[in-house]
Amino acid sequence: MSEPHRADIRPGRLAPQTYAAHFADHVAPLTEAQALLEANRCLYCFDAPCMQACPTRIDVPSFIRRIAEGNARGAAESILESNPLGGSCARDCPTEVLCEQVCVRHTQQGQPVAIGRLQRFAVDALMASAAPQIFTRAPASGRRVAVVGAGPAGLACAHALARAGHDVALFDAKPKAGGLNEYGVAAYKVAGGFAQREVEWLLAIGGITLHSGWRLASAAQLEALRREYDAVFLGVGLASTQQLGVPGEALEGVLDAVQFIGTLRQAEDLGTLPVGRRVLVIGGGMTAIDAGVQSKLLGAESVTIVYRRGPQHMRASRHEQELALTQGVGILHWLAPVEVLGEGGSARAVRFARQRLEGERLAPGGEEIVLETDMILKAIGQRLDGRVLAECGLALRDGRIAADEAGRTSIANVWAGGDCIAGGQDLTVEAVAHGLRAARAIDRQLRGRRSRPEQ
Amino acid sequence: MARLDIDFCGIRSPNPFWLASAPPTDKAYNVERAFEAGWGGVVWKTLAEAGPPVVNVNGPRYGALLAVDRSLIGFNNIELITDRELETNLAEIAAVKRRWPDRAVLVSVMVPCREESWKAILPRVEDTGCDGLELNFGCPHGMSERGMGSAVGQVPEYIQMVTAWCKRYTRLPVIVKLTPNVTDIRFPARAAKAGGADAVSLINTVNSIMGVDPDTLRMSPEVGGKGTHGGYCGPAVRPIALHMVTEIARDPETAGLPISGIGGIGSWRDALEFIALGAGSVQVCTAAMVFGFKIVQEMVSGLAAYLDAKGLASVEALRGRALPSVTEWRYLDLNRVSKAVIHQDLCIQCGRCHIACEDTAHQAITAQRDGRRHFEVKEEECVGCNLCVNVCPVPGCITLRELAPGEIDRRTGQAVSGTALDWTQHPNNPLRSGA
Repeated sequence: MSEPHRADIRPGRLAPQTYAAHFADHVAPLTEAQALLEANRCLYCFDAPCMQACPTRIDVPSFIRRIAEGNARGAAESILESNPLGGSCARDCPTEVLCEQVCVRHTQQGQPVAIGRLQRFAVDALMASAAPQIFTRAPASGRRVAVVGAGPAGLACAHALARAGHDVALFDAKPKAGGLNEYGVAAYKVAGGFAQREVEWLLAIGGITLHSGWRLASAAQLEALRREYDAVFLGVGLASTQQLGVPGEALEGVLDAVQFIGTLRQAEDLGTLPVGRRVLVIGGGMTAIDAGVQSKLLGAESVTIVYRRGPQHMRASRHEQELALTQGVGILHWLAPVEVLGEGGSARAVRFARQRLEGERLAPGGEEIVLETDMILKAIGQRLDGRVLAECGLALRDGRIAADEAGRTSIANVWAGGDCIAGGQDLTVEAVAHGLRAARAIDRQLRGRRSRPEQ
Repeated sequence: MARLDIDFCGIRSPNPFWLASAPPTDKAYNVERAFEAGWGGVVWKTLAEAGPPVVNVNGPRYGALLAVDRSLIGFNNIELITDRELETNLAEIAAVKRRWPDRAVLVSVMVPCREESWKAILPRVEDTGCDGLELNFGCPHGMSERGMGSAVGQVPEYIQMVTAWCKRYTRLPVIVKLTPNVTDIRFPARAAKAGGADAVSLINTVNSIMGVDPDTLRMSPEVGGKGTHGGYCGPAVRPIALHMVTEIARDPETAGLPISGIGGIGSWRDALEFIALGAGSVQVCTAAMVFGFKIVQEMVSGLAAYLDAKGLASVEALRGRALPSVTEWRYLDLNRVSKAVIHQDLCIQCGRCHIACEDTAHQAITAQRDGRRHFEVKEEECVGCNLCVNVCPVPGCITLRELAPGEIDRRTGQAVSGTALDWTQHPNNPLRSGA
């Protein structure tokens, strides 16, 4: 018999001075010289494919040309006009599957123009300038809108509505605004406290009151908002996480990846965060990659992402998968967890069943393997806690809020956008686009009516 | 192996690449390094009369027009002729020529338009043992305000007069360096020939102001808050220089007059163009100032390889080969018809050809086909103007196809004629021959 298992989960695996370097900007900002050179690779395409590929339709050729002409402020203005969260999108957008994928330089040279990095260059330059505010509010409309959820969708919606002259009450369950930018994405993607700087910039337009620590937990709350405000926008994201649904899931050392990242993002001292010597991440999306890579950066000795389907099925882009691999994170495919094995109340291994495709469906292939571990991070998806919303009378589709092309829900004067609505791809930039389109529709509706509708 | 050595109006040089009279040939130290690097010859930076030397500004003397990658497209200077003692220069020239007997050492001279000034300096220059004389009638800045340089080069009568003095007072070959700051370069060239010049060299620099500082709103570069026009050179002036060289080479009045080509030469390809349009030697300055003297080795290598590949035995065999292809517009064949062709397998879908044609030319390129992004030439609109070829970022993606005789031009609906028709014969020309 071997010695009794003792899970090796502890903080401070690295020398204290190492953490800052590990969690600094994963993609370095462009210097001015680099930006000029890169900007001049842009061909200023006619009807540019990159612009079409951007959910917020940022005029990429225009902003890049402005960088090339030494007009970073004008570049930022062009970006933020289309996407007020252009700074965080520049950092966490999967540009490799959006604008940069269709860049004609990609076709020609196998190397697209670094659109995301150029976008960051321009927005950072503006934010660091003496006068970072470029937008002013339209004359006050006297209308009030409630925005629930201060993530990318809610922030974009609130900012656009404030610009249009409406007053916005912005509610969020968390202590800080920012949503996934603040709590969800890997620290090295939005290093240096950028999420909060962006929130400050957005709120500085005026007319937005942030109410943090406010959670939508009952139908009565939504009813009250509908009564008190002229319109309501729901950008509540996906607050719940999926469970593995296998025995042993409650063992110590089995953690929720979203929570793990959230804790990491808020940690004052990363050296205090416990991490396993060996870590298994179960899942195949961006969260799995972010959790896996950050575990490694915290000093885990071995980190393996285990996904039940093949690489081509992972929601994490190819680029993200490669990032994980280059960071020394392994990825195993076609393995689904069957049981978490424990000892003395803590997890020590996971038993996986080899999967194969039968048509479109996954089926166990018979073989099973056991992977030993000290810590398990579950990253198998987030979902909407639909109970309250259903009680509110909101129609749901595929477990998320049903909304039309403008973000209108089944309830009058209630719009929704971001990850909480059905039919999206769970991208930050898409959430921004949802927030903006809803703001436009709300603005049209509010301007078209003289007084609040009868309840 | 093709021969690179030349005999330029009696001046022998192991290759046709000379350093032009300019800062790189200011003194023995530089010239020695140039010869060590392999330059075939130098034209020593312009000497002035004996006496107190010229004074230069000690602030920016140079300005540049840079491409986006900071490669240098154009270059401008306000440096004057040598600011060293005449005796120092003459002694160094003599010493250098003794050490490098196989290289061409020419000396540029600029003195006032008085016969006695030329009479005084020429024998002293000749005494150095140098191979030839270049008369600086070209510099457009500074010295021109004192009645020298381009102030002489802009007046054909002065050119002829001074050239004749020089021929009278020296046995050295006399090369007249011409300024491009004139309306018709043939007149100064004819004057040089009439004065007895053995050759001309061109172009000297072009009058230019490099820009305005957007912060100070002062011209740049500037010295103490003020700037002045300088002489422009570098790759940007090459087409202008090629034209002027060609004009002189084609002019029956100057036919056969040796030409030393100058203006934005930075590679063997550039040199090839000058030689093919009639130059017997080429002079370089800007490229050396950007890259250093070693660049001549790349030029020599490239030109030799080219001549070998073309089966040309010598530089002389290349000289003037492109001249018969140059003519006046009125002799161009108006019956020829070309159409642009976009090679779809090379197209990267940037759409620059479309927007250029759509906005500024002939609306002859589609943007879509069947609702999809697709760029294709509409032959019924295309006049073969070549704009799309020039704006396309992919080499070879758009080419011009010349229609065969008998083929229908879809723009006019007419069959392409097999016989040539130029403007002198065209029915629309009221002055056509026989009209």
